[in-house]
Amino acid sequence: MSLQAAGALSPAAPTPSDPLAQTPLHALHLRLGAKMVPFAGYAMPLQYAAGLLKEHLHTRAAAGVFDVSHMGQIALIPRSGDGAEAARALEALVPIDILGLGVGRQRYGFLTDGAGGILDDLMVARLPDRLHVVVNAANKATDLARIRAHLPDSLDVTLVPDALIALQGPKAADVLARLAPETAMMRFMDVRAVDILGAPCLVSRSGYTGEDGFEIAVPAARAEAVAEALLAAPEVMPVGLGARDSLRLEAGLPLHGSDIDAATSPIEASLAWAISPARRRGGAREGGFPGAEKILAEMEAGPVRRRVGLRPEGRAPVRAGAPLFAAENGGGAVGRVTSGGFGPSLGAPVAMGFLPTALAAPGTRVFADVRGQRLPLVVSPLPFVPAGFKRG
Amino acid sequence: MLRFTDEHEWLRLDGDVATVGITAHAAEQLGDLVFVELPKVGARLTKGEAAAVVESVKAASDVYAPLSGEVTEVNEAAVGDPASVGADPQGAGWLYRLKLDDPSAMDALMDEAAYAEFAK
Repeated sequence: MSLQAAGALSPAAPTPSDPLAQTPLHALHLRLGAKMVPFAGYAMPLQYAAGLLKEHLHTRAAAGVFDVSHMGQIALIPRSGDGAEAARALEALVPIDILGLGVGRQRYGFLTDGAGGILDDLMVARLPDRLHVVVNAANKATDLARIRAHLPDSLDVTLVPDALIALQGPKAADVLARLAPETAMMRFMDVRAVDILGAPCLVSRSGYTGEDGFEIAVPAARAEAVAEALLAAPEVMPVGLGARDSLRLEAGLPLHGSDIDAATSPIEASLAWAISPARRRGGAREGGFPGAEKILAEMEAGPVRRRVGLRPEGRAPVRAGAPLFAAENGGGAVGRVTSGGFGPSLGAPVAMGFLPTALAAPGTRVFADVRGQRLPLVVSPLPFVPAGFKRG
Repeated sequence: MLRFTDEHEWLRLDGDVATVGITAHAAEQLGDLVFVELPKVGARLTKGEAAAVVESVKAASDVYAPLSGEVTEVNEAAVGDPASVGADPQGAGWLYRLKLDDPSAMDALMDEAAYAEFAK
């Protein structure tokens, strides 16, 4: 067998000649016995000694710490000091309501292109004097260039060099409250500046696992101390990118570069919910983002195809790239699996993919080609596991 | 006789039937296994063709036929409990038995010391 695939994770690594960047937690990963793999130009932990399966299940049962410092953190700072100026400016690139976003709140969105495709998905946090945007690692250079090119010179747009640590799972809030009691009051998608072990951190109650949890931006020099303090809690285990991927797949969350990309519109991607009412047809600030005409028309007419959840009926995982068919025999491919694997919390394979709208209703049976055989899958609602967010 | 391939399979010869599995090194690299697919008893395998599949949470890996022959037995317990392959890949986690067309072809494969060096 080839062991090349054993460490594989998309997005693909650059050519081996490119030196890999290291996160501020690199030495800690090595001490913890992580298996390091290239990911989006960084050396990242795929898994630790416990292994992917245990790391996944532990995150759902208690809490996991993830190094996500490879992601891009971009600050948009208006020289005027007026946060609304940054909000208004960024609205020209994303279909979400940022002006209406309260200070200390965060919203999910995406950068669209003129054809209505998704250049990247992101989180935007509104702070009193700035916006803090978190983007995907593989896209951070192009995102930064695009934001700089399209925003007025009156804003400083900079990459924030902080580490980013995710603490995820039903025990995450208990763990963080011991280090920073004020985080206990935060609700899902709240953002606030918090002191942790004397380090000025930016904490958001959000994540990429479907669980309650936090993402914590920490100055690089203090990142290891904060990560070690979190790991010292008995509920916490270090969790690698492997389990991060299986957790987000069970949670029904798309991965840019796999499930969504510039050839995918937000409507097709079943992300219409993220387009704020203010930016929709008839909204207070209708349109005004790249590809608005196409996206808003598609929102009304309905998409031709949709991103759906898929549950294979058998035990064989159905992986990304598998073509989808309407029938067990004959006929051309009608869609494609974009993410797929084994869902440890379900003890069964799970997948996501695109299907024509006529085949996208939950309960519809379709077939995927796996090693020359057509295996049955059932279209299933997303997420596969119930979300544990603290909305109240 | 125990032999290894550069595709990380092991074979243990008993008469003219070889028991085939994945090496401990391969199992460690693959991580937790969640799915195993084995050839059918009676299937003819040609050296180098995909004979079995082992899948971890994150990836599927083909297990190639290390030599040519006919499948005489498969480890159904491994199909029922894929984790058993990872737990004891060179023992209880064997995959299938192959009646070799040419048992002397074993001689061309690596012995344990050579494989240990290869897998470094």
